[in-house]
Amino acid sequence: MTTRYETLKNSLQTEEMVINMGPQHPSTHGVLRLELITNGEVVNECIPHIGYLHRCFEKHAEALSYPQIIPFTDRMDYLASMNNNHIFAMGVERMMGIEENIPKRIEYIRVLVAEMNRIASHLIAVGTYGIDIGAFTPFLWCFRDREHIMGLLEWASGARMLYNYIWVGGLFYDLPVGFEERCIEFVEYFKPKLKELDILLTDNQIFINRTAGIGVLPLDVAISYGCSGPMLRGSGLKWDLRRVDNYSVYPEIEFEIPYGSGEMGTTGDCWDRFKVRIDEIKESVLIMEQCLARLTKELKRSPDFDPRALVPKKCFPKHKEYYMRGESPKGELGFYFIAQERSEIPFRCKARGPSFNNLSVISEITRGAMIADVVAILGSIDIVLGEVDR
Amino acid sequence: MFEKIKSIIGEKFGEEVIQAEEPEALQPALTVEAARIADICLELRDNPGAYFDFLSCLSGVDYGPESGEFGVVYHLASIPYKTSFVLKVRVKGGRNTEELPAVPSVSSVWRTADWHEREAFDLVGISFTGHPDLRRILLPDDWEGYPLRKDYKTAETYKGIKIDY
Repeated sequence: MTTRYETLKNSLQTEEMVINMGPQHPSTHGVLRLELITNGEVVNECIPHIGYLHRCFEKHAEALSYPQIIPFTDRMDYLASMNNNHIFAMGVERMMGIEENIPKRIEYIRVLVAEMNRIASHLIAVGTYGIDIGAFTPFLWCFRDREHIMGLLEWASGARMLYNYIWVGGLFYDLPVGFEERCIEFVEYFKPKLKELDILLTDNQIFINRTAGIGVLPLDVAISYGCSGPMLRGSGLKWDLRRVDNYSVYPEIEFEIPYGSGEMGTTGDCWDRFKVRIDEIKESVLIMEQCLARLTKELKRSPDFDPRALVPKKCFPKHKEYYMRGESPKGELGFYFIAQERSEIPFRCKARGPSFNNLSVISEITRGAMIADVVAILGSIDIVLGEVDR
Repeated sequence: MFEKIKSIIGEKFGEEVIQAEEPEALQPALTVEAARIADICLELRDNPGAYFDFLSCLSGVDYGPESGEFGVVYHLASIPYKTSFVLKVRVKGGRNTEELPAVPSVSSVWRTADWHEREAFDLVGISFTGHPDLRRILLPDDWEGYPLRKDYKTAETYKGIKIDY
C-alpha cells in the first residue's frame, strides 16, 4: 500500500526552469548574465550573455595612433594593465623593427612590473575564489597583500590601476629612487604570507571538497575551445607563451611552468586551476627576485639613463601585418595589427582577449553540474569582463 | 615551414585554391579560396605534417568600400610543433545588410571559432554559412549596422532614444 506521501511524490512532475544568474565574481560586477536552464538543482544548459560592457576598443583604435591606444589597452584587463601594455608595446615595436634596440634595463623593468601585476591579478583570482566558495578570510588577506603591489605600481606610474607606464620604445619614466629596495622588502614580506594562504585555502579539506572533481575540463576540449593560461595549464598542458615565444628577457630568467596533475581529483578540475594560479604566484615572486638582482647590480640606475630616449616621435610600422601574442595572467593575449601606408593609425587592430575564449567553454563544463557548482566553476575561470567585451 | 604547408594544401586541394601568398612577410601567410576554407582548416588540423590544433585568433576585416572586399584572417598555432601560421580569405560583398559576404564556418573544426565568428558577424557583418548559432554577441539583437565597417555611420539614436556622449 502506498502512503499519501508517496502518492504525492509520484505525481510530481519536474520541469525545466530558467534561472538568471547575475554577478557572482567581483570582476563580473553586473555585466555578465548566465542563463541557466535547470532541472531541479541540476543545470542542463548554461548560456552566457555578454556585451554589456562593450566599449568599442577596436573602433577607437582605428582613429588613434599607436601610442594613443595604450591607455585603451589598460582598460581591457583592468586587473593586469601592465601585461596588456607590455604585449601591445612589443607588438608595435616588432612592426616597426625596433625591438632589438630596447635597452636591457628597460626590458627588465617591464618584466618586473608585469610580473608584479601578474601576482596582483592572481591574488584577486584566488581571494575572490575563496569568497565564491564561502570563505571570507582569504579575500581579506589577498587584498591586503595586493594593496602593497598597487602602492608600488602607483609609485612608479602615478596611477592606481590604469598605468599607461610601458610605452612603445621605452617607459613613461624610470623607476623612482628606492623602488628596488622597497620591492625587495615586499618580497621578503610576501613569501611567508603565501605559506599562510596555503594552510588556509589550498590544504583546506572543505575547500578541496568544493573544488576537486568539479567542472572538469578535459585537455582536448580546452584546446578546441581556445582556452589558454591557467585554464589550459590546469588541464595538464605545459604551454606558456613566455617560454614558447621567448619574448622580452624571459629566456634569461629561470622559472617553472606549473600545470595541473589531478592531485586532489581529476586533471582539469577547479582545484587544479586554482593550484596553477597559486604556483604561478610563487614563480612570479622568483622572477621578481631575479629581475631585482639584475636591476640593482649590473643594470643600475644612472643619471644619464633616459627611458624615453628611444620612444619614437611618430610610429610608422615597417611591416604591414603582425599578430603579437603574449602571456597575460588570464592566458594568451593577442593583438592583430594591419598597418596603413604612411600612417601612424592602424587600419585594423583586433584584440584577442583570453577571457573571451575561456568564458566560451563554460556552457560545456557546467552541463550536468549543480547550481552551487556553477559558482565555483565560473570563479575558477577567472574572467574579467572588460576583456571579454573589450 | 611555409613551403611545407603550401604543399600540404596544394596536394590535397590543388594549387588553384591558393590565391595569394606572402612568404616574405613577418608572419608568412596564405590567401586561399573562401569556399574551401573549412576543408582546408580541417586538413591543417588533422594532417600530421601541420597539426594546427589551436586557433589563436579569428578576425574579420573590412578592406574598405573602394575595394569592396571583406576578409577573414585565421591565426593558427600548433601546440606540439610550437609553430604558427596565418590563413586568409577574401570575399566580395555588398555594403547593405541584405547581401552579407559569406564564408564557410570553421566552428566544426575548432569550437572556439563559434564565438569569434559571432563577433565577426556582429561587428564586421560577415555571414558564416554552417554556423550553429549565428547571432549578435556584443551588441543588442536589434542593433542596425556593423560598427567595424569602414563606412559605418555612428548611430545617433537607439530605439528612439538619443545616444549622448
